[in-house]
Amino acid sequence: MDSLDRILAEHPFFAGMKPEMLAFIAGCASNVRFEAGEYIFREGEPAEKFYVIRYGHVALEMHRPEKGPIIIETISSGEVLGWSWLVSPFVWHFDARAIDNTRAIAIDGQCLRQKCEEDHDLGYEIYKRIAMLMESRLQSTRLQLMDVYGQ
Amino acid sequence: MGSEMKTQTATRTADARNPMVPLEFEVGRVSRETHDTFTLFLNPVNGLERFTFQPGQFNMIYIYGVGEVPISISGNPHKPEVLVHTTRAVGTVTRAMQQLKRGDRVGIRGPFGAAWPVDVAEGRDVVFVAGGIGLAPLRPAIYHVLANRNRFGRIVLLYGARTPEDILYRKELEKWRARFDLEVHVTVDRATLDWRGNVGVVTKLIPKAPFDPYHCVSFICGPEIMMRFTVIELTKRGVPEDQVYISMERNMKCGIGLCGHCQYGPKFICKDGPVFRYDVIRDWFKVREL
Repeated sequence: MDSLDRILAEHPFFAGMKPEMLAFIAGCASNVRFEAGEYIFREGEPAEKFYVIRYGHVALEMHRPEKGPIIIETISSGEVLGWSWLVSPFVWHFDARAIDNTRAIAIDGQCLRQKCEEDHDLGYEIYKRIAMLMESRLQSTRLQLMDVYGQ
Repeated sequence: MGSEMKTQTATRTADARNPMVPLEFEVGRVSRETHDTFTLFLNPVNGLERFTFQPGQFNMIYIYGVGEVPISISGNPHKPEVLVHTTRAVGTVTRAMQQLKRGDRVGIRGPFGAAWPVDVAEGRDVVFVAGGIGLAPLRPAIYHVLANRNRFGRIVLLYGARTPEDILYRKELEKWRARFDLEVHVTVDRATLDWRGNVGVVTKLIPKAPFDPYHCVSFICGPEIMMRFTVIELTKRGVPEDQVYISMERNMKCGIGLCGHCQYGPKFICKDGPVFRYDVIRDWFKVREL
């Protein structure tokens, strides 16, 4: 069975990260799986973890009063689910639901934040990667907002 | 490679002497694709038996008494007996087109313009990236590639639409998805819970799509903003700019490069395009005023 740091090393989010950093992060990580339809987290709940998706698809949903939920984005293997664990007040802003059977590595946000405080090199590395992730999601959201196909 | 190598044969089967004179076609069938898009199946009349064209070319469609619009051909180039056009009803002429019924007649000038260079793609992976109604001008190239499947490497179709209800050629996409020799990925900008596919912009599909970036040709068609970001994403993946082709759209009138309505830098979209190799028009692609 693969060790967690080895699995993390193969995930695009952690590509190129130093082995000692990965070993450090693996100390905050655990294997998780979700059945199709299972909610991984709900809006308003404490954002205690983030998820490195290994297999499967996850829908990010937002509930619209009187209209029901809408899917605003899907996250799949090779991607990372969630950054609210890093930003105060550490609360989820969306619902996340597994579309199909999903396997992921869950990383304890509080544990990793603590490690980042202790090791600023690790913290900088994590923040750089999360910043790239945020930039990518922001660009995607902007394109979605432009409603380019509707013009 | 120069832009000259593009396949540019505008095959006109009748009245080659005067491209300004329309050929008459009769509506054989109208198919409603989505709430605002429809497909016309047109049959030639007056003795014309076939209308040959290259994938990516367009026609000027004349709705008698209303006006003329440029519309890409979206049918199968290997079935020239019927001329197929998919259109979105957005203006006076296309709204009038939407009202056409079986037996009505329209005027057709064309085919015009440069085609998707499907011959350049032979021996390589082919990556089609379509957005919204942009799937229609790509469909003839997809038909061609599938009809000559053994001449190409992996074939990937990445398609983005506004919502699941706006997906064009839905049944055909499902058939293609069932094939083992074609990789189809569809994404929408937003969806309700009954949608089990991807949600997000089409560019998000590029990093994980199964193709060799150093040995592929990409054909892109969709809104210009989407094409811009698609080129960026393909380049990030390692696809050389001279292996990327895009289909441009401007206000075309004459269709033969005379009137100047569709001038784009030193090019005319109707005559030199609508399909361009990206590096050929890259400098103008970034000029906001054009």
